[in-house]
Amino acid sequence: MLRDITIGQYYPSNSIIHRLDSRVKLVGTLAYVLSLFLFRNVFGFAAVTFGLAVLVKMSKVPFRYMVKGLRAIVIILVMTGLFNVFLTPGEPLWSFWKFTITQEGLKNAGFMIIRLVYLILGSSLLTLTTTPNQLTDGMEKGLRPLNKIGVPVHEVSMMMSIALRFIPILVEETDKIMKAQLARGADFESGNLIKKAKAMVPLLVPLFISAFRRANDLALAMEARCYRGGEGRTKMKPLKYEKRDRAAYLIIGGYFIGIILLRMLNFNFHIEN
Amino acid sequence: MSIILDKVSYVYGRKTAYEKQALRNISLKIEDGEFIGLIGHTGSGKSTLIQHLNGLLQADSGGIYYNGRDIYETDYDKKELRSKVGLVFQYPEHQLFETTVFEDVCFGPRNLGLSKKETELRAFGVLRSVGLPEECWYQSPFTLSGGQKRRAAIAGVLAMKPEVLILDEPTAGLDPKGRDEILEQVASMHRELHMTVILVSHSMEDVARYVNRLIVMNQGSILLDGRPGEVFQYYRELEAVGLAAPQVTYLMHELQQRGIPVDTGVTTLEEAKESILQAFSGRTRSR
Repeated sequence: MLRDITIGQYYPSNSIIHRLDSRVKLVGTLAYVLSLFLFRNVFGFAAVTFGLAVLVKMSKVPFRYMVKGLRAIVIILVMTGLFNVFLTPGEPLWSFWKFTITQEGLKNAGFMIIRLVYLILGSSLLTLTTTPNQLTDGMEKGLRPLNKIGVPVHEVSMMMSIALRFIPILVEETDKIMKAQLARGADFESGNLIKKAKAMVPLLVPLFISAFRRANDLALAMEARCYRGGEGRTKMKPLKYEKRDRAAYLIIGGYFIGIILLRMLNFNFHIEN
Repeated sequence: MSIILDKVSYVYGRKTAYEKQALRNISLKIEDGEFIGLIGHTGSGKSTLIQHLNGLLQADSGGIYYNGRDIYETDYDKKELRSKVGLVFQYPEHQLFETTVFEDVCFGPRNLGLSKKETELRAFGVLRSVGLPEECWYQSPFTLSGGQKRRAAIAGVLAMKPEVLILDEPTAGLDPKGRDEILEQVASMHRELHMTVILVSHSMEDVARYVNRLIVMNQGSILLDGRPGEVFQYYRELEAVGLAAPQVTYLMHELQQRGIPVDTGVTTLEEAKESILQAFSGRTRSR
């Protein structure tokens, strides 16, 4: 029922992307996200699309599986699209009562939606190919310099990994409680908004209780194993750069510079942001 | 009046990396008033199977007929089905949510659209029949002990007056006393209310005493199906799939191998005692 949520999930496979050092993937994702907001013409767009397509192909994650993650943001996409279409000033194309659609608005909306979709696809590629553990290790090691200015890097990354790890557990739990209440004749689908909201109570109360119980159990289990934060903690699988990681850094660098160059080439097809 | 499963198959996570065939061509007929033990190792598909019986999961192929009607017909009332086939999940206490035990038990009948009076009458009735002390009824369910919580949750399903009661590992995590109490209560409900009961478990010992039919599942298929005594004859096959027959079965087989004419089909300690005494008295008489 609820097993379709793919955001933040790991997809086991044995591709080159899966084997890359998680720090490379984090930096790559950052560069990719920045590049999304740098391109302003069709050529930049084409470059980003090409890059994303190659990565998806290389990752061996089924594209259909990734697209499923988009379902969660459909509403945001629609809203963004509408706001951009109607609220961008410029050359009017079509007018209706108080609403005016402008050429710039259409262009803005198009690019914005593409950007959001690419943003989700790209960042879900990171979580799909990296286990939460690798991700946290990568964050922790990559951000270690921030420790000097008092940022609790280890704690933050630990919290992040726990949060990621708990998504599937809580989804499963929700599924179970939902079924248990359905077996007692609960109805989650029919009725108006208020009725639907009320129908959520038998689902949410047990879910919260179970989340607290799990958090408590986890805290106890960590205490029992003498967890005391990141100080002096060693890793079972320390991160180490390999040849392919250096190559990946070079490619990422090249890609980023390429995008900036494309942005600077000012074709008359540009859009203002 | 029966439940018929016709070649039911089900796959989890179709077309993903986690694809798993949970049920393979299950065909089964469950008659009225039976007391069935559904046994299988973890992951054998027993929980998946029971979720099909009240329509929570829909089979990928095959059909299910409740009292002669196809439950996958588009106009079949699933809510009605769920009130007739009561399903108590594993750790049912995790479904409690109301402010008092009494209110929680009322949730089911209220969803059936019953009147306030009928709802409350039913709640009183089932709370009494599951043996929950009266002082607990108006407490928050979260203040109860583990065993009491479970009773309250089972009462919540019973309040819908199901014709078929399915319990998924109702004794998981309970101490021996709590386990026996719950099983006794289920058995007495089967006797007195003439319900069909399906008890899911992975412990033979637990169910052998109560049930009159055992269904053993392995890797999504039915391995054995018959009276407990018959099923236990195949204790070697049971061991091969990670299960075991009750200890008395082993004892009786051992005795038989040593030339003592005992009945190897017994399932409980009392029957074993009878059989052994009989064998010995027969022996002395014949001398």
